[in-house]
Amino acid sequence: MKFGVAFQSALEALISNPLRSFLTMLGIMIGVASVMAMMAISEGAAKQVDAQIAQLGASNLTIFPGASRGGPRSGGGASDQPFTESDVEQIKQEPFVTAVAARISGSVMVVSGEDNWSTSLQGTNTDYFVTQSLKTSEGRLFDDREASSGAAVAVIGKTVADALFEGTNPVGQTIRVNNVPVEVIGVLVTRGQSSGPGGDRDDIVIVPISTARNRILGGNATVARYVGSMEVGIADGYDMTTAQEQLETRLREIRRIAPGGTDDFRVFNIADFVRARSSTQATFGVLLAFTAAVSLIVGGVGVMNIMLVSVTERTREIGLRMAIGARGIDILGQFLAEALALCLLGGLIGSALGVGAAKLAAKLGEFPVEISPRIAIIAIGASALIGLFFGFFPARQAARLNPIEALRHE
Amino acid sequence: MTAEATPLISCRDLSKVYRMGTQDVFALRGVNVDFVEGEMTAIMGPSGSGKSTLMNLIGALDVPTSGELLIKGRPLSKLSRDELADLRNETIGFVFQQFNLLNRATALANVKLPLMYARTPVADPIARARECLEMVGLGTRMDHRPMQLSGGQQQRVAIARALAGRPSLLLADEPTGALDTKTSEEIMDLLTGLSSEGITVVLVTHEPEVAAYATRQIHFRDGQIERDERRAS
Repeated sequence: MKFGVAFQSALEALISNPLRSFLTMLGIMIGVASVMAMMAISEGAAKQVDAQIAQLGASNLTIFPGASRGGPRSGGGASDQPFTESDVEQIKQEPFVTAVAARISGSVMVVSGEDNWSTSLQGTNTDYFVTQSLKTSEGRLFDDREASSGAAVAVIGKTVADALFEGTNPVGQTIRVNNVPVEVIGVLVTRGQSSGPGGDRDDIVIVPISTARNRILGGNATVARYVGSMEVGIADGYDMTTAQEQLETRLREIRRIAPGGTDDFRVFNIADFVRARSSTQATFGVLLAFTAAVSLIVGGVGVMNIMLVSVTERTREIGLRMAIGARGIDILGQFLAEALALCLLGGLIGSALGVGAAKLAAKLGEFPVEISPRIAIIAIGASALIGLFFGFFPARQAARLNPIEALRHE
Repeated sequence: MTAEATPLISCRDLSKVYRMGTQDVFALRGVNVDFVEGEMTAIMGPSGSGKSTLMNLIGALDVPTSGELLIKGRPLSKLSRDELADLRNETIGFVFQQFNLLNRATALANVKLPLMYARTPVADPIARARECLEMVGLGTRMDHRPMQLSGGQQQRVAIARALAGRPSLLLADEPTGALDTKTSEEIMDLLTGLSSEGITVVLVTHEPEVAAYATRQIHFRDGQIERDERRAS
């Protein structure tokens, strides 16, 4: 078969009937465009989830007091035995643990001069800066000495800095946190919005844990050196599931829980949590892409339909081509090339439309899209395959025509 | 022309039977006839006499029910569908009553078409197509589409297309059937000229004026040859 000739004849035939060619392509175009858009949106969501996990710390485990209730809630019921600094120190002894951030959190009102701002307070130690990869854009973080001595110092997030100081440098200024004066020693590098737990990640005030416990939030009546929760950094490459099991075993020993007894603490992998939630999103995205793929197949049926009409209409032409020496395979090639050209062109235009639609959706819906060339190649390749598949039957019908009957066809 | 010349086509006891419902209809009944090279033959006869059936068989477009057809000594019954296509491409040129041109293609593209299917590629198909169009007197209308040409001109394009593959046999089925008298004469002059250049021409017609151009006339009736006359040239 002469491929070039087949393609040339195909293009001539398509150009000679532009409206029909366009309408036939439309199905494929819409199919490819929707596959592209759906995949772009679904991949964008996946990428956002990855970014969230990275933000939360992919290698952190969080420990809360209280029996398992199926969700990470800070604090615990009155009956739960709280954690103390001694638990933090013991956990830190584990070889696979790189950092243990002891935390007490609460809502506070911060005031500077006339301005006040309601935000969340995090009382913690310097390990928190490690598990959360925190850095300052102005000033500095507090050090271990300040942390253990309960110094009246605070590191604030960008949102808080903007709310209280609007442009002036907060470092060295004194703010009142729930009426307790503390000195701002640093402003954190902005971490942005998170659709995960926390919301605005820059809306935070961080103070040493003892400062929070003793002066601002107040401790726990039943225990000294109270700790609300712990965030444990796990060594790079260490299996998170194993780490989680080992931490649970260790905590049972520390808290003297009898074998078979109910744990009065929960160890969470926040990243798993986000992943579990996002897998629903991913399933939804795949489902949408599948629906779009169905429309692509419907487009293919449309191509087949028009190709069958075209073969019938051009029966005499087929007869003539056979009379002047076209072999069956030449005719097959010509019509297959026509279907292929329709679908390829439809695929190309469709993927351009799909990219446009995804970008528009991203703009209007304010969610991230990820346009990868891989998807475009798959979508265009799929439409080419559909062209070959649905074009084959009409093309074979054309190739099998009897030359005499074809020539006599009116 | 003499009967001793090598037959280009030999028909040996050719029969063609069509099945119409439960009845067998004989389109050809044991026809024996040879066509020698360079001869111009007119096949005549009333509708249904078998003349078109014979043309289709000679043109390797159809296969006989029984009997054998030899073109240049090759029995067609031994050839596959593809080999028959190649034979049509290389040896036979067709001219139809309805011209059968591709309306979306120019005259030049129409003439070039058979060369696109040639198994042994033609070095310069465009030059060859030009040459053929000039031969039929359409050198100035190569870029016209069929709809921009008169009936006579369209038939000339069709003849040029038939000539493009340099065939030894030109088959014309009612070539003047859709043309007026004057144009018919021009077309017949053209075909006569080609015949005198050595191309074997077989044409089907029921117009005696057209048949008069031929050096040989074969009359068909009921699927059999009624008369076979050669005119002294």
